[in-house]
Amino acid sequence: MTEPDTERLAALRLAAAMVADPEIPVLTIGDLGILRDVRFAADGLPEVVLTPTYSGCPATEAIRQDVLARIRTVDPLARVVVELAPAWTTDWITDDGKAKLHEYGIAPPRPTRTGPVALQLGSRPVDAARCPRCDSADTELISQFGSTPCKSLRRCRACAEPFDEFKSL
Amino acid sequence: MIDSGPPVNAPANADIAEYAIRLGDDALILSQRLSEWSARSPQIEEDLALMNIALDLLGQARSLLAYGGSFSGRTEDELAYLREERQFTNLQLAEIDNGDFAVTMIRQLLFSSYQYELYRDLESSRDAQLAAIAAKAVKEVAYHVEHATTWVLRLGDGTAQSHDRTQAALELVWPFSHELFADDSLSRRIADLGVGPLPSVLHEAWLAAVRAVLEQATITVPEDNWKPSGGRSGLHTEGFGFLLAELQHLHRSHPGARW
Repeated sequence: MTEPDTERLAALRLAAAMVADPEIPVLTIGDLGILRDVRFAADGLPEVVLTPTYSGCPATEAIRQDVLARIRTVDPLARVVVELAPAWTTDWITDDGKAKLHEYGIAPPRPTRTGPVALQLGSRPVDAARCPRCDSADTELISQFGSTPCKSLRRCRACAEPFDEFKSL
Repeated sequence: MIDSGPPVNAPANADIAEYAIRLGDDALILSQRLSEWSARSPQIEEDLALMNIALDLLGQARSLLAYGGSFSGRTEDELAYLREERQFTNLQLAEIDNGDFAVTMIRQLLFSSYQYELYRDLESSRDAQLAAIAAKAVKEVAYHVEHATTWVLRLGDGTAQSHDRTQAALELVWPFSHELFADDSLSRRIADLGVGPLPSVLHEAWLAAVRAVLEQATITVPEDNWKPSGGRSGLHTEGFGFLLAELQHLHRSHPGARW
């Protein structure tokens, strides 16, 4: 790849990475780890590759439109493509992204588990999420499903406040 | 929504398309059924949980139907909104009425556990797009299994009333589980191609997982007796037409309607 080509892709990557998540606006798609690649397609045109968080996440379409609008200001010929493989995991959220989540009041995701699904009540997660308000580790799960597909709902026993946790996926 | 076309090895394509649409129909129809719980769940957290699960299933349905349709130039919307009842090939388990909360949770346990085994196997499909869809979906379905497990334990090993209603729910739903593991000519060709597992191969692991939960929940697995089937060939239960009417009404009344 020639130097101008490399610079062209770098400019696109920079523009795309800055797009904010519509549901959690403190995070950019760069923080989320859903910006997978910026490359030249077989027809020679540049394309930005995104991957969805959850299969049904309605934000995916909004993000796609936002990214397209942003990269077109850099390169009018650029495209956005969505690819499923490899499947997104919360382990790809950057440390910076996790710090922003905590600051915003959402407990960041813990490292993903491996192995088969737990059959025992309460057998997962081992280390409880810390309360983003008072930092206590004395928290409990209210529901594995919250206000968006990526979050679960917890309660802090120390300060009695409920809070969202970004689910490990 | 997903930017990927069909593979180029022609003879198998019709089978792969039909197979993807089957699995997409399962997810679409159960998603539609679950969404009937919206604003009717026993508590607000459960409303959120069931709608999240329905949304995951809808996302899986979109990926599968978009892929299945891509072989013949049909969109996900055409497949969801413009087919007739007999053209839907979902399992009957996905469509049966929600019943009470126990029926819905038992159905979730049986179906999600099946989907979990299926998707785990499909992750190593020779069809790259099905493998990608499954690798993504299996992580979502793991949460669905956990959710249903939590509730079946709580209800089954709860009060006398919740136990009895959960036992009755299992007796109602169990007959529909047999169809999940019935092989037919398409599933045999798909297995021969290395694209997907024979349904019967999934039965042992599914039964072990489901039994473990039910036993802990003090619920007795019924004797195998009646084995309704036909969903894969377009035969559906009485409530299916009503479900489809609700699903398709807007699109058929206002053709081409868009958000």
